[in-house]
Amino acid sequence: MLRDGKAITVSGITREFGPATAVDGISFEVDRGEFFGFLGPNGAGKTTLIRMLTTLLKPTSGQAIVSGFDVAEDPARVRKHIGVVPQAMTSDLDLTGRENMDIYGRFYGIRSGERKERIEYLLEMVGLAPRADDLVATYSGGMRRRLEIARVLVHKPALLFLDEPTIGLDPQSRRVVWELLKKLMQGDSITIFLTTHYMEEAELLCGRVAIIDAGKIIAMGSPAALKAGIPGNDIVTLKVGGLTDEIIGAMEKLPFVHKVSREEDSLAASVDNGAENLPQLIDVVRASGGAIVAASVHEQSLEDVFIHYTGKSIREEEARKVSFLIGAGMPQRLGR
Amino acid sequence: MTDLNAIYVIVMRELKKFVREKSRLVSSIARPLIWLFLVGAGMSRLVSPRAGMPYTRFIFPGILGMTILFSSIFSSISIIWDKEFGFLKEILVAPVRRSSIVIGKSLSGTAVSAIQVFIVLMTFPVIGERLSFLQVLLTLLVGLLVAFSISSFGIVIATFYENYESFSVIMNFIIMPMFFLSGAMYPVKLLPSALRWASRLNPLTYGVDALKNTMFQAKAGPMSPDFSFSLDMLVIALSSAVFVLLASVFFERKQ
Repeated sequence: MLRDGKAITVSGITREFGPATAVDGISFEVDRGEFFGFLGPNGAGKTTLIRMLTTLLKPTSGQAIVSGFDVAEDPARVRKHIGVVPQAMTSDLDLTGRENMDIYGRFYGIRSGERKERIEYLLEMVGLAPRADDLVATYSGGMRRRLEIARVLVHKPALLFLDEPTIGLDPQSRRVVWELLKKLMQGDSITIFLTTHYMEEAELLCGRVAIIDAGKIIAMGSPAALKAGIPGNDIVTLKVGGLTDEIIGAMEKLPFVHKVSREEDSLAASVDNGAENLPQLIDVVRASGGAIVAASVHEQSLEDVFIHYTGKSIREEEARKVSFLIGAGMPQRLGR
Repeated sequence: MTDLNAIYVIVMRELKKFVREKSRLVSSIARPLIWLFLVGAGMSRLVSPRAGMPYTRFIFPGILGMTILFSSIFSSISIIWDKEFGFLKEILVAPVRRSSIVIGKSLSGTAVSAIQVFIVLMTFPVIGERLSFLQVLLTLLVGLLVAFSISSFGIVIATFYENYESFSVIMNFIIMPMFFLSGAMYPVKLLPSALRWASRLNPLTYGVDALKNTMFQAKAGPMSPDFSFSLDMLVIALSSAVFVLLASVFFERKQ
């Protein structure tokens, strides 16, 4: 297996749910040892794709080869080589961290001595060793997530799938999880496949990113290449008093301005060398009768890449989804 | 080998969780005792002393059946949220056969039921029942088999439901009718013929009847067992096999 060094080869994969198409003819390859990310808004098809790649959902058409085996033809063989951290937190609240890991290790038939050693090592790695014998119910969201990442590594998977690993976490816990994932890539020759709708997550972790929207890949490449692929290199945001279409028209005529989009009384312009050209932009706005209330310049991010291709922002739906997921641990305790 | 190991781990996890959740244990044992001592004691005033035995003693096997019914089905139904929110999410992507997960989950329900049945059964001297050591042993053994059959039945039910909101539907339209049509509260032979037929289609009826067979001395009269012990055991064995098979097929197809 893996003779060609590909961890994942997907060609024309499609999944329909009744009349809806969640994943629409997607093709891509992931090299062994790569950290590959799927970035897109909620409902773009990321979870459906990950469920197909991890043998939980059959594709309607197309093919996916994971760790050298076809997910539809040979799911058992695929499962041997992968580890999956699903979006919802799945560690048992009424067991300790160590017990959670031990049960998982036993499930994979890892021998007692090796299992204990490995669990000890992983708990240490994710920084949970001092809390290993406390019930998971007493852990924070970030600690639970770290435990789940440690747990999935017990059987040494060659290929790790993470579905929205930091969703619902506070910024500090998110950073800790990021550090952990970076550390993972330095060690064993592991391949990581991650989905996210946080552009800073994709930008920070992934060697290569596929941007997905409405079931289709709209752009793919390294974060730097993706950003270089859209015109301009900075975004200038201006809050303008008395904003008119004439002002926007005047700005668009400037040679270093590529695109101006408006949201209420604010403008976002993708420009070359934003810091140097800001004074000239301000002059143009003033000359056209606008009053500058606030101005900022930032480097283009993957978010801007997404906006460039789709005309909308990734962040829009974020808030709703998070509140749903925080409740997800609850049902374990109901109805007993 | 991996699959036997997987079954063992699933049962071990369930038992560990069960032992740890004291409130679950207490409430699961309180329910049958409330029925036995409140409903049983009240109803016994309505039942003629000449019917064969005190009513509390008559419903004792039925109350054991109830213990099995509730704990087995609850345990099996947890497969729904294990799959949506928990343990099973990882297990489903592990190299383990689906049928092993079903058997592991059935045996978990069986083990949890067996503990509760044992505790409730040990109250027999309080209601004036006299059981030999052999009878206690046989009752427990029968209880185990019934629990396995009902647990696997619970998984068949669970495969039809996607979320735990359907829980009250299962409670009202499956668990309660199964209980009342099992001969637990009144002998099947005294029921109107339509209900009698419904009872005969209920797998729990044979479980309760088998428990009556192991505990009651009287082989005749209105309160005696409704079927022979061998018929009871045959139905329990066959239904277990059918339920495990159906559960595995449905569970596999669910994906």
